[in-house]
Amino acid sequence: MAVLTDFKGEKPTWCPGCGDYGVLNALQRTAVDLGLDPEDMVVVSGIGCSGKLSAYFGSYGLHTIHGRTLPTAQGVKLANRDLTVLAAGGDGDGFGIGMGHFIHAMRRNVDITYLVMDNHIYGLTTGQTSPTSDPGFVTKTAPKGAVEFPVHPLSLALSAGCGFVAQGFSGDIPQLSAILKRAIQHKGFSFVNIFSPCVTFNKQNTYEFYKSNVVKVDDDPEYDAGNLGLAMAKIEQTQSIVTGVLYEHNRPTYEDSVPNYSKTGLATAQHVLTEADFERLLTQFQ
Amino acid sequence: MNGELGWKVGGEQGEGIDSTGEIFAWTLHRLGYYAFAYRHFMSRVKGGHTNYKIRVTDRAVGHHGDDLHILVAFDQETVNVNWNEMVGGGIVIADGTSGEIQHPETGDVHFCSIPLTGLAKESGSAIMKNMVAVGVTAAIVGLTPEDFLSVIEDRFKKKGQAVVDSNLSAVRIGYDYYNQHFSHQLRLPSRPVAIAPHHLYISGNEATALGALAAGCRVLAAYPITPATEIMYWLVKYLPEYGGVVVQAEDEISAVNMALGANYAGTRAMTSTSGPGFSLMMETLGLAGISETPLVIVDVQRSGPSTGLPTKTEQSDLYEALYGSHGESPRIVLTPTTIEECFRFAVEAFNLAETYQCPVILASDLYMGMSKGSIDSLDTSSVQIRRGKLVTQSELEGVSRGEFKRYQVSEDGISPRAIPGQKGGRFIALGNEHDEFGIEMEDQSMRVLQMDKRARKLQSFHELSGASASGPKDAQITLVGFGSTRGVIDEARTALMQQGLSVAHVQVSVVAPFPADLIRPYIAGAGTVLTVEVNSRGQLADQLRLQLGYHDKIQSCLKYDGDPMLVKDIVKRAKEVISVGSVN
Ligand SMILES: Cc1ncc(C[n+]2csc(CCOP(=O)(O)OP(=O)(O)O)c2C)c(N)n1
Ligand code: SF4
Ligand SMILES: [Mg+2]
Repeated sequence: MAVLTDFKGEKPTWCPGCGDYGVLNALQRTAVDLGLDPEDMVVVSGIGCSGKLSAYFGSYGLHTIHGRTLPTAQGVKLANRDLTVLAAGGDGDGFGIGMGHFIHAMRRNVDITYLVMDNHIYGLTTGQTSPTSDPGFVTKTAPKGAVEFPVHPLSLALSAGCGFVAQGFSGDIPQLSAILKRAIQHKGFSFVNIFSPCVTFNKQNTYEFYKSNVVKVDDDPEYDAGNLGLAMAKIEQTQSIVTGVLYEHNRPTYEDSVPNYSKTGLATAQHVLTEADFERLLTQFQ
Repeated sequence: MNGELGWKVGGEQGEGIDSTGEIFAWTLHRLGYYAFAYRHFMSRVKGGHTNYKIRVTDRAVGHHGDDLHILVAFDQETVNVNWNEMVGGGIVIADGTSGEIQHPETGDVHFCSIPLTGLAKESGSAIMKNMVAVGVTAAIVGLTPEDFLSVIEDRFKKKGQAVVDSNLSAVRIGYDYYNQHFSHQLRLPSRPVAIAPHHLYISGNEATALGALAAGCRVLAAYPITPATEIMYWLVKYLPEYGGVVVQAEDEISAVNMALGANYAGTRAMTSTSGPGFSLMMETLGLAGISETPLVIVDVQRSGPSTGLPTKTEQSDLYEALYGSHGESPRIVLTPTTIEECFRFAVEAFNLAETYQCPVILASDLYMGMSKGSIDSLDTSSVQIRRGKLVTQSELEGVSRGEFKRYQVSEDGISPRAIPGQKGGRFIALGNEHDEFGIEMEDQSMRVLQMDKRARKLQSFHELSGASASGPKDAQITLVGFGSTRGVIDEARTALMQQGLSVAHVQVSVVAPFPADLIRPYIAGAGTVLTVEVNSRGQLADQLRLQLGYHDKIQSCLKYDGDPMLVKDIVKRAKEVISVGSVN
């Protein structure tokens, strides 16, 4: 059984205090708790500070291009459904350049887990407005404050038919780890948005802000994650400053829905056509 | 008539023109003839002129032919558009009793007005007019209605015997009508005595899709686009039979990255597209290059730029295939020159992608992809699967996690490759520059080592010869083409030789790595070099100049009006350049 050090990759180079450390730690713990083998896991990451996650985590990794984590991760999973596949990236990666893929990945429901390290800013490129930046938020590209309406990832995910919608906070590793565990175990596409403060470029969406404002769904004894209406209402009431598993609903996965798709990892088999196969296939041209 | 017959049916799009052509072509094919069919169509579902040309020959050809002997016209536009192709003594079958469709000028053509639609209505339904036309054609060329039975059965059996019967009876009605009212006959070429056991009637797209399946490709991620969609259609039917899957991605960026992800994880995967989609894939070409992930992209080229002429053929993506995407990384560009090569190269594309761990672009075009031709066989027995330096679990024995040098600086530039799930092979595939372990870094000497390593890979490329040549090295004129123009150039060469010229023909099938050594003697020795290209810039000519020099003798025969290259286009241009440039 793998232990925590087995899930360590390169030494992180994030700024001291960056929220992404918390995400990495929570993910490592989760992997240990789930008894996963690092070499049966793939982390596909995007471009951004967040995208470095694949290098710092001890599994196989694919550090892809900006915004394309989800298509790539779905490709990995379709090639070998026996693997545990995670996609990870920033709010710019996922809700800016990659937004189209996000919505379609939720519809498609390939069994992967998507982590967005949402710091409401473009970190790696040193501080521009992101699609989740709050209105009025001042950045280098919006010196007078952001004017566009922000993306609301949670309600968007719910309306796109996502079967697992959760939000975590990198300042609460035990809770985040518990969420990630359920997300990975969920059969189908699971989405975990994570408040992951950028201590260098975002002085507004800080640890302190989340610590004092975040509402946990688990604190609400009435809350039922199986109820879409409640999930929508909760998001509305809390203005999305909420953590926990907001919604879980099992829908057949893509892998289980496409006709005749291999029940075992395609990558683990040889794919050779026999003479009889060719004879059969060629009759249509005769 | 030189062992061939050109037949065409035309009318408004959405009127069943294609199925008329298909039934005629399939029947001839099954009788042992060689059929080559080219479809002319427009980017709309209903209305607009469409036609389906079939060239019937006694040997395999790669071109639909310049000439037309029989034209079946369901409307005036069909006559107007195709009149200039008619040869002397040819026959036009115009729908109507008298004068609904007029011939533009008198020529040496038999113009027969036949109420195709009227006869069809009498026999029960106007849509049968296509079958009536088939019957008329049968009468002209000396076939019998019964010759069409097997194809009619295949097409309509599902709908019941009554439908089969009524279709056959419509053929008989057309057949009898022609024989009662007209007597002009045209002869089919002589029928080959023995039919090859694998006498196939197949399109370039179908051959490509079959090749992918044979290569072990089990994931196709694609977004619909003419003229590549047929690859999706074919694989969506057959991949599931082998446990695979066709994903209709949300766009081509998604499609290509899915294919990359699947290849990274060890399953052969590809994407198929045409120009607009290929343009969207550029960034991923670089990612595949630097992360050394195998990737196969099929680009069935069509007319550009932008939406261009979306249902017309062109060979104008060569620059893009060679140079598209930022930065510098190796890639292989294959341009199959025959339907057989579409199959063989599709198989080989996957082998090359895994051997050289780089993107392979299989660039056919609308003409190659959507035209169907009779061929004698596909070489299925020599299909091999070669996975290059993919390591086995036992080769990873003793390698502890984190020690696997995925990007080892090796002599041939190719490094061992592990796939997720293998123990001891853990690595990060990445778009950032990296060290031998796949760790992102900016060390200058390692950067240079890795760049040089990747650049070195294709030096050992030897799997495909890259070009084929016929004729003397010191020809008066050497015709050079790539991809789908092989057949037409070959025929142009014959025509020019019949006029007493010494002519060579080089057809390039691998543009990168460029087969310079193979081609050089034919360029060095030629009086004049004429590239034949379906584009406006002479993109192949540029490659010849860049790779070989000889700027002063390289000229081009270019076509970019939407129609495929014809023999006469090449002959005319060849004579022009010879009369200007040559001293002999
Ligand atoms: C196609 C493309 N456009 C732009 C960039 C530059 N770029 C790199 S990361 C990034 C944004 C990062 O923001 P986010 O995704 O939120 O990640 P973070 O750094 O905040 O974790 C941008 C614009 C790029 N790498 N590729
Ligand atoms: S810039 Fe912000 S997001 Fe990037 S590492 Fe530093 S703190 Fe983290
Ligand atoms: Mg960000």
